[in-house]
Amino acid sequence: MIEVLIVLIIASLATSILGVFLVLRNQAMTTDAISHTILLGIVLAFFITQDIRSPLLIIGAALVGVLTVYLIQLINQTDLIKNDASIGIVFTALFALAVILISRYADHVHLDIDVVIAGEVLFAPLNRIEVFGFSIPRALWQLGILLIVNGAFVALFYKELKVSSFDPKFAYVIGFSTTLIYYMLMTLVSITAVAAFDAVGAILVINFFVAPVLTAYLIVKRLDHLIYLTALFAVLNSTLGYLIGYNLDLSMSGATASVAFIIFTIVFLFKPDGYIVLKIKKRRQRKEFMHAMILMLMNEDEHETVTPGEISRHFSLTEPETKKQLETLEVEGYVTRAEDRYRLTVRGEEFTHYSRIKYGLKAH
Amino acid sequence: MDKDIIKVNDLIVAYDDEPAIWHLNMALKENSITAIVGPNGAGKSTLIKSIMQLIKPVSGEVWINGSKSRKALKEIAYVPQKGEVNWDFPTTVLDVVMMGRYVHKGWLKRPNKKDREIAMSALRVMKMEAFRNRQISELSGGQRQRVFLARAICQNAGIYIMDEPLQGIDITTEKLIIKTIKSLQQEGKTFLIVHHNLDTVEEYFDHAVIMNKSVIAAGDIQDVWTKENIDKAYMEMGAG
Repeated sequence: MIEVLIVLIIASLATSILGVFLVLRNQAMTTDAISHTILLGIVLAFFITQDIRSPLLIIGAALVGVLTVYLIQLINQTDLIKNDASIGIVFTALFALAVILISRYADHVHLDIDVVIAGEVLFAPLNRIEVFGFSIPRALWQLGILLIVNGAFVALFYKELKVSSFDPKFAYVIGFSTTLIYYMLMTLVSITAVAAFDAVGAILVINFFVAPVLTAYLIVKRLDHLIYLTALFAVLNSTLGYLIGYNLDLSMSGATASVAFIIFTIVFLFKPDGYIVLKIKKRRQRKEFMHAMILMLMNEDEHETVTPGEISRHFSLTEPETKKQLETLEVEGYVTRAEDRYRLTVRGEEFTHYSRIKYGLKAH
Repeated sequence: MDKDIIKVNDLIVAYDDEPAIWHLNMALKENSITAIVGPNGAGKSTLIKSIMQLIKPVSGEVWINGSKSRKALKEIAYVPQKGEVNWDFPTTVLDVVMMGRYVHKGWLKRPNKKDREIAMSALRVMKMEAFRNRQISELSGGQRQRVFLARAICQNAGIYIMDEPLQGIDITTEKLIIKTIKSLQQEGKTFLIVHHNLDTVEEYFDHAVIMNKSVIAAGDIQDVWTKENIDKAYMEMGAG
């Protein structure tokens, strides 16, 4: 079983390091298209070789992957429709063609569309090959090589990938071929997608391409850090997905993709400048501001002593809310109460002085 | 200041069937600070993009240092409009400035310690060294423009081509950029700058190209910066 986990981890690493650059180029949805249209390449290559395990299938898939990217660019250049629409058209057209070809001519072979889309990484260890005398899963061998190739690509062309993703026109002027870099990237994306998709299914492939990097992107601000953290999230998602899928007897791909979403949500909500912290901060600011407003009101001569009712009429607060505010202020020693009337303490008066400075108001 | 460092001969550029530039001829004098001025839609950005081969013209020629090859572009430091790049990109100020060194590295080679020193001194010129580790999304408009100019300085090219570098920035940055440009001119650099504020042309530039699809007037600022020429460029727009 440990082999399943290793396949998941290697697949997630090989895909997600390329995913970094796809997301930075706003190409996340292109991976969605590629991971489906490569099926057409697999089918066409299968018609030629009649062998479902032929390496030609990977080449066919990669070619159709690059064709997908090319067609999307071509339609984009017409300026007649937007990028997302051209992805939608190319993606569905090529994928539909593949489905028709399979159902018409390849019904008898093992090209089950459900398995292709949903994937079943549990089957990966069943299909083995001998490498240097060791028997290892074929998927592990292929994805391991791709991890090395992709890692080397990113390491060698780091500077070119960076400058052409950030400022393509500048990159062109200083002598780099942005087209060449783009198609190298997209060729590797296609090859990696087909190898990973054979092992884990299309849904998880898309997830691997985008989820770890999107999660990491919430936190870090430098490209090198982004790559490392993306890899970390890829490993984390795969490991947790594997453990949950294994223990609860769920689909591994489904569990891993769901974990990725949950981790993303947690980071989104709880990171230092994330949604929750921002909400809490805003709430606290509102509360502090209300306190200051009440105290400043009480600092005016005509409001030297006030009842909660008077304050709630003055501000848009309900009486219970006002009472709560005043109780807090009393506990903190800014006001004192005599029966139902409140007045400022010395500390309260000092506080209004500093509040006026803080909010840029005139001194009293 | 007599040599023409860039020459544009009879350039025509069109977007589909709409000509953006029409039979344009111009020359950029070496060591000049030249403004490109004209109304919206006059083809100013199109002109500089054609010079840098980012747009393929319908006809005409662009010569840079007497060469038409792509390699000649390496002599150009391009300062794009602020809106042209993705400011949420995960990178720091120093990183962006270092990109100016990439042209000297070519493919595969990484920038080294010396490149880093050059980048740091470029940041010092633009008074941005304290911001070197900032993520670029945290910068103001003026700071972004300073970073772009620092990157150009870091590139150490002979010709600076800038697209509205003074658009939407604070006055301190504007003064600093102009001061830097003038001192780089003393070092022998040449500037071609798309400029939008007619009030400052005479103060900042020594040459100007007044254009509206083709050149209305070009040359020494004293000769070309007349009410008649400006009106001609801006009026035709209203008539057309």
